[in-house]
Amino acid sequence: MKLRSATQLASAALTLAALTFAAPATAADKIDPVADAKAFKKFFTDKFPKVKLEDFVNGPYSMDEGLHRQWEEKEQFPPYEFSLDMGKEMFTKPFKNGKTYEDCFPNKGIGIRQNYPYFDEKEGKVITLELALNRCREANGEPPFSYVRDEMAALTAYMAFTSRGKPFDIKIPNDPRALEAYQRGKEYFYTRRGQLNFSCATCHVQSPGERIRAEVLAPALGIMNAMPIYRSEWSGMGTTSRRFTTCNSQIRGVPLNPQDDEYRDLEYYLSYVSNGLPISGPGARP
Amino acid sequence: MASTIRVRAIARGDTTEVQALIQHPMDSGYIKDAKGEIIPPHFIQQLTFEYDGKNVFLADWGGGISKDPYIKFAFKGGKKGDDLKISWLDNKGATDTTTAKIQ
Amino acid sequence: MNMPRSALVSILLIANSVCAFAATEADYKAAYAAAEAANKEAAALRNQWTTTAATLAAAKKAADAGDFDAATASAREAEALAKASSFQATSEKERWKDMEIR
Repeated sequence: MKLRSATQLASAALTLAALTFAAPATAADKIDPVADAKAFKKFFTDKFPKVKLEDFVNGPYSMDEGLHRQWEEKEQFPPYEFSLDMGKEMFTKPFKNGKTYEDCFPNKGIGIRQNYPYFDEKEGKVITLELALNRCREANGEPPFSYVRDEMAALTAYMAFTSRGKPFDIKIPNDPRALEAYQRGKEYFYTRRGQLNFSCATCHVQSPGERIRAEVLAPALGIMNAMPIYRSEWSGMGTTSRRFTTCNSQIRGVPLNPQDDEYRDLEYYLSYVSNGLPISGPGARP
Repeated sequence: MASTIRVRAIARGDTTEVQALIQHPMDSGYIKDAKGEIIPPHFIQQLTFEYDGKNVFLADWGGGISKDPYIKFAFKGGKKGDDLKISWLDNKGATDTTTAKIQ
Repeated sequence: MNMPRSALVSILLIANSVCAFAATEADYKAAYAAAEAANKEAAALRNQWTTTAATLAAAKKAADAGDFDAATASAREAEALAKASSFQATSEKERWKDMEIR
């Protein structure tokens, strides 16, 4: 187990002297999401002591003064208004069979975004909001939307908006399959991939606040809270699926299919470790 | 049909601050689509903000302005409750106009 | 043979840039098949690189144009990329823990 700084190494050496930390973890480490989440938050709050916990959801804007000022101004008249309006219109418009999205979701789909993803114990898999929306469509005889295009982005933008301010409340039931899904998501997050050999952590754990080319990197803590995001780069609103797949191709890794197991598990992990932080979506990003 | 123009004008002292967000593809005519074909130019060429019969802001735009443009400026004058008229004209001859009350 | 050093160097460089033997279509096909097989393995590991596919495409393009030297070289590079991506997937199975926040 490698640790980051000399002081951490020293204290770890003292406290873990009894444990065989030099040996590789061959036996299954006990999966402990509660401990992970605590360590995750501590890592980022230690690294950025001046940033309030709830402000981590603003990604690069909490990492850079100049960006923060521009963002504050933009929030007065946000660029995502058109997509948000479209999302609201789509959400309330009935399907051909007369039903609406309201019929598929608890509380008519209002103010529930913070509960996604969840682990479906009947199916034994992670269900994300995007997946749930397309399932709703298919259950009502409508064709599914592309996970990386405007329509899905607009719908999830509207649902996120109705949950603004509500803290992430991801649950991991006491089911080994749920714990494994969480763990797989965690493993994906830290696994290096692509010809550039980056993991999600390379940018969002090792380098938040620093630049990759012209962009300021966001911290992993709170990174899902602003989804979906209107990106200036995209000149429009983009889904979580779009972000995951484009991140992969940017590091020269062939993306998997949107909403493949790995991505859903990843979203599960990343959302869980940000539990308690408020939903800020839809967000605007450079 | 909903207007493509969102505007907020706030009178502060002897100036009025205006922000506007306009829905428009603003295609420059230089970008190719997924099939490799040029997306034809389609952008706002003229944008005007009119107050009390006079233009307080006039923009002559080209294809370099991004999609869904955002504008922010301030002009001297303007009182709460007065009208501010915004219009645009694009290269295809389409227009839209809206009138907002200064807050 | 008495030759200025620079000329000798440039001859060696030219000799290197062309294969020691001229690649045939059969060489290219074998190299391409090997690269494709390696890339398939990477796909099974869910860890292909975009550059592998791009290099394979370049190999095919060169072959279509009749340049089997370039095509074979590209195919071999694609195979190396594919193998590297498989190696990455396997080694990261344990290495990911190095980055983990604990």
